[in-house]
Amino acid sequence: MPLTLEIALTHIRERLRQTVLSVLGVTTGVGFAVAMAALMQGSQEDFIRRIIDATPHITVRDDFRAVPWQPADAVYGTSAVGLSSVKPKEELRGIRNPQPKLALLAALPGVAVAPTLRGPVVLRFGGRDVAVSLLGIEPKAEVRVSKLAHDIREGSLNDLYTTANGIIIGSGLARKLGAGLGDSVSLSSSAGTIRLAKVVAIVHSGVVAIDDATAYARLKVVQVLLDRPNVINEIRLRLDDVNGARALAQRIERRLGYRTESWEEINENVLEVFQIRNIIIYTVVGGILVVAAFGIFNIVSTIVFEKTRDIAILKSLGFTEADVRAIFVSEGFLIGSFGTLLGWGLGYALCRLLGSIEIKVRTFAEQTGLPVTYDWRHYAIAAACALTAAGLAGYLPARRAGRLDPVAIIRGAA
Amino acid sequence: MTGPSFVTAEGVHRVLPGPVPVTLVREIALSIGAGEFVVVTGPSGSGKSSLLYLLGLLDRPTQGEILIEGRPTRALSRDAAAALRLASIGFVFQFHFLLPEFSALENVTLPMRRLGTLERAAMETRARDLLATLEMADYADRRPDQLSGGQRQRVAIARALANAPKLVLADEPTGNLDSRNAEQVFTILAGLANAGHAVVAVTHNLDLAAMASRQITLLDGRIVEDVRTQ
Repeated sequence: MPLTLEIALTHIRERLRQTVLSVLGVTTGVGFAVAMAALMQGSQEDFIRRIIDATPHITVRDDFRAVPWQPADAVYGTSAVGLSSVKPKEELRGIRNPQPKLALLAALPGVAVAPTLRGPVVLRFGGRDVAVSLLGIEPKAEVRVSKLAHDIREGSLNDLYTTANGIIIGSGLARKLGAGLGDSVSLSSSAGTIRLAKVVAIVHSGVVAIDDATAYARLKVVQVLLDRPNVINEIRLRLDDVNGARALAQRIERRLGYRTESWEEINENVLEVFQIRNIIIYTVVGGILVVAAFGIFNIVSTIVFEKTRDIAILKSLGFTEADVRAIFVSEGFLIGSFGTLLGWGLGYALCRLLGSIEIKVRTFAEQTGLPVTYDWRHYAIAAACALTAAGLAGYLPARRAGRLDPVAIIRGAA
Repeated sequence: MTGPSFVTAEGVHRVLPGPVPVTLVREIALSIGAGEFVVVTGPSGSGKSSLLYLLGLLDRPTQGEILIEGRPTRALSRDAAAALRLASIGFVFQFHFLLPEFSALENVTLPMRRLGTLERAAMETRARDLLATLEMADYADRRPDQLSGGQRQRVAIARALANAPKLVLADEPTGNLDSRNAEQVFTILAGLANAGHAVVAVTHNLDLAAMASRQITLLDGRIVEDVRTQ
């Protein structure tokens, strides 16, 4: 063992109580940093996983991002002219001429495509009315873009083909209505059409917004109900590479002109909240590490103060300033290292504990426990932060120790 | 027995800066060779310890030059001066200044470990030999707080000799010892000079000073007497 490290070890061993307190400070900081990081990343990944599983990766809508062009633009261009009471032309909403577009998108590598007509309807059963979003789907195409078939708890997706006016409802919706498999529910659309539909399946995705307020029927049925024959208003895409969704969505929008949103864009607000939450949590954890660093600074400063004579004698023996600095920086690092090792243990234990807690929460997504991600990088980052803080906390008094004038100390002692 | 000059002071002044500058030593010119046992005496505040720190490169002169084996040291960096001190100069102080957490043996091996020229086993053997020479063999594993004042000072002398320095500087090494222990320490220092080391010791005790081969007297930082007695 290097001599400077051996001297450093003896110093901190002699002050066991102070050393233990400082080590515990670092342990707490590292432990909570690891646990919080695991929890933050766990919940974020859980959210994204659910989003990616339950919703399309890209949605092409019958909508345009830019304001529709007005004939006055041709006359006045960018001049400061105000036009009031401009009545937009009433157009039938929907994606026009969808088949070539569907074929174009389906030809893209790693992309599955499904047409959808989405519209608001009121579902009535047993005297209860619930407004829902009804999706007209093609079951064969739908299985390629969503986990609908996988998420069905009762019944079957294919029953939509065998049952006239069959409908699939979310588990939350079924609970609200008190409806079950085989029940007939009434569907009323804004077009004034009313149809009876038979519940052929109940789906449970775990995403509250879907389970509580979404129903599925065959595309043709929904087109009739909404009085929009041969019309679709969404093309939903599922990608092999979810990370390429944003770039592909931009390409599709440039090509087709319709508003095309990736799953990241649709959930941007939530993802931003995650970022803010992470900043808050890591600031708090950073604060804990700073407090721990002050503890190390305190003990190393105390040792430097108590060991001024030893520093003088070491210098008189021929130890250099760097040797003396190394002794006290090592003390900071030793405390930081012990604290980090224990902190890793504490962090792992906290992760296990948090992961084992059963909590039933229905926010955006249904949860039964706290999602925790085990990632070696959390441990590495927490250790790097703790050791940097410990090194700095040791370096400041160490620098002072290195600069001490041995003659002044020896004269003082004599 | 005196050999070639190991340390030489040429026109050395040392002034402590401050609102009222204090002159510690002035116009010091001397040369000390191997095998010399030099005692520096003088009243308190006459500059005895300051001269020792200058000769040992712990302090730097304001004017003049200290030469070690003929080489000027004024321009040496602090690290280079430390390296020279580690290899060639041994210090003994009035207070033993042993590291309290280490045993006598570990204290003696410290300079050897820092120099790093010997294997660990060879260091331990040399440290034990040094302690045995100073009649401390049975106390090698004791910590300083388990030793008497005289025993601690003998361990400090063993530590000063660890790297076989050519120059041993002792700053009132008997200041905290009873007369019997003080005499023992001076006998050891005289023995070191006989063994070829250049030894410089500061003392107020004129009886002990009589054991030296040369006596330098300082007054107000100036050498007023430099007498070879043997």
